[in-house]
Amino acid sequence: MEQLSQLLLAFIVFLSLYLLGSSSLTGCIKIVALQGMCLGLLPLTIHSLGFHPRALLLAAGMFILKGFVIPRVLLYAIREVKIRREMEPMIGYTLSLLFGAILIGVSFVLAERLPVPPGLRTNLLIPVSLATVMMGMLMMISRIKAVTQVIGYLVFENGIYLFGLAISYEIPWLIEMGVLLDVFVAVFVMGIIINHIALAFDSISTEKLTRLSD
Amino acid sequence: MIYLLLVGVPFVIGLLALAVDSDERRPWLLPFGCAIHSSIVVACWRTLPEPIASGWFSIDGLGLLVLSLASAMLLVCSVYCLEYLRLRRERHNRLFTACLSFILGAVSLVCVSRHMGLVWVGMETATLAAAPLVYFNHNERSLEATWKYLMMGSLGIGLALLGTFFLALAALPNAGQGDPLVIDTLVARAGTLSVPWLRGAFIFLLVGYGTKMGLAPLHSWKPDAYGESPGVAGAILAGVITSCPFLGILRAFQICVAAGLSGFAQSLLVMMGLLSMATAAVFIIGQRDFKRMLAYSSVEHMGILVLGVGLGPTGSFAALLHLINNGLTKGVLFLTAGNIHRAFGGKTMDHAHGALRRVPISATLFLLGFVAITGSPPFAPFVSEFSILRAAVDGNRFGVALGFVGLLAVIFIGMATTVLSVVYGVPNTESKEPVQGDSPFMTLAPLVFMAAIVFLGLWLPNWLTTVLGDAAKLLNGGAS
Repeated sequence: MEQLSQLLLAFIVFLSLYLLGSSSLTGCIKIVALQGMCLGLLPLTIHSLGFHPRALLLAAGMFILKGFVIPRVLLYAIREVKIRREMEPMIGYTLSLLFGAILIGVSFVLAERLPVPPGLRTNLLIPVSLATVMMGMLMMISRIKAVTQVIGYLVFENGIYLFGLAISYEIPWLIEMGVLLDVFVAVFVMGIIINHIALAFDSISTEKLTRLSD
Repeated sequence: MIYLLLVGVPFVIGLLALAVDSDERRPWLLPFGCAIHSSIVVACWRTLPEPIASGWFSIDGLGLLVLSLASAMLLVCSVYCLEYLRLRRERHNRLFTACLSFILGAVSLVCVSRHMGLVWVGMETATLAAAPLVYFNHNERSLEATWKYLMMGSLGIGLALLGTFFLALAALPNAGQGDPLVIDTLVARAGTLSVPWLRGAFIFLLVGYGTKMGLAPLHSWKPDAYGESPGVAGAILAGVITSCPFLGILRAFQICVAAGLSGFAQSLLVMMGLLSMATAAVFIIGQRDFKRMLAYSSVEHMGILVLGVGLGPTGSFAALLHLINNGLTKGVLFLTAGNIHRAFGGKTMDHAHGALRRVPISATLFLLGFVAITGSPPFAPFVSEFSILRAAVDGNRFGVALGFVGLLAVIFIGMATTVLSVVYGVPNTESKEPVQGDSPFMTLAPLVFMAAIVFLGLWLPNWLTTVLGDAAKLLNGGAS
């Protein structure tokens, strides 16, 4: 079980890295869906949680929400406004990949330095979560399209969820409250907004959202 | 029970507002709901309710202050809304009315819950509920503002959640002895918290909630959101919604002080405070749009709040007083700015000129509000700003004191240019549209706020000083 969870975590980091270098919007959405599914499976492979009903419920909820519901909303959004490709990002793909690799290194060093409680020491959860958070933020700031920014936000959120998972069996309710509400924001509000942006500008680029400035 | 009422009543009123079908009658639910809420808050002032649910819910001085400010401001603004929404008949007000009520419920949740996770949930709900207010005008500009507001807000709320998780990790050694995220438990066992994680938690909570407060450099959503939303939404954002994340930061600060990290936390707060004031000063100079100018003034005053808390006991007391004063003064400014905007059909110095002739009462109140917010006696913000200055001088922080006074002076000059040009002079005669002059409810509401800041500036009642003192004591190592 332990090995399976390590494998999943490694795969999650790999997917975030892949996202940083990918230019196809449909591809990005599919990858973020795959990452969501991995996150859904993860609680089942963590030894301390096991097949507890709470873990099962969490796993099922995450798997459906992050693996199916959110990607559907995003796919719907890009179909409605007929775009397929990210415009030239502010930071090039190769450079983003390089930054991503550096961020992964940094988070492993950080996790090594911080006093991680003994139960979590052998686990990759904390370094992987920090790396995912940072790569999500990198994507949010370096991309221009509204949809890609939302995808970046989802990666960022996945990282936070991983961190919550690390401490979930000690602290009741925290992860459930946090994650479900986060998902609520991502889907409903941003979905609605993307729709409105499409209506108002015929394109979902946030570059057009630059009329207000000083 | 009282907790359930405080949070539940606004949510029920909000749901009712969604159900009512008439745009004419719906807004009347608001003053009604707010009045019930305010009377419950008054009952809390008489006797603080006991903590329930193993410490998950209780009200202390800090919570009571923010709760009272929110309740009072929404009550007055709801009266303003009665007339405002009648004038804006072309827009449906179903979502607007319901969301105002939801905001009150969410803010109450933040104030009465003592569990860092639950505080976060309330903050998230308030952020979400405020989005339709920003988008009320339904045009391209308000859409852009809403997009930025939500994107930055989600990022901030995400970072704050990460900070909350860090806090939980810092408290792991305590697991199994009650819920580790209840603030009283955290403060009581602060000595056993893991210091590196606690530092990390404070930084993330400060940055995350700081984004929601609009502290520089994470304030970029603020001018857009305040500039494009109706004046009444600006008043609520600047007075109520930004007070909640401030409370969140104060909770984190409380834990840091108890854990002996007060030096670290204070220096971060002072730095963020001065940086916000400086950023505001840069953008206020030459600002032609008076609503955006108010937004930068809000950035400035959020900076003053955290700066005050970073200056120790006297500073904390003054900052908490300033929280109230700033909220009420922003009420005057945003509501009258809305009136002036409507009277001229524009919110820049090019459109609005000579407001004193067109909307005399609103323009006078706007001018007085400007005098008050920049810290002139006899208005209330003078008292709190002066106390913060004294806290800096008494603590031998002469550099901080000098920066504080200098930036206040620059901002005064910057704001004066815009405000005087809007208020005085002769209106352009070109406008052919019928002029919307002063109307009763929409001048009454800012007038009430103005009366409150004059009152608080001249006389600080005993009951308020007691609660302020208790709250400030919490921020300096006192037990609740």
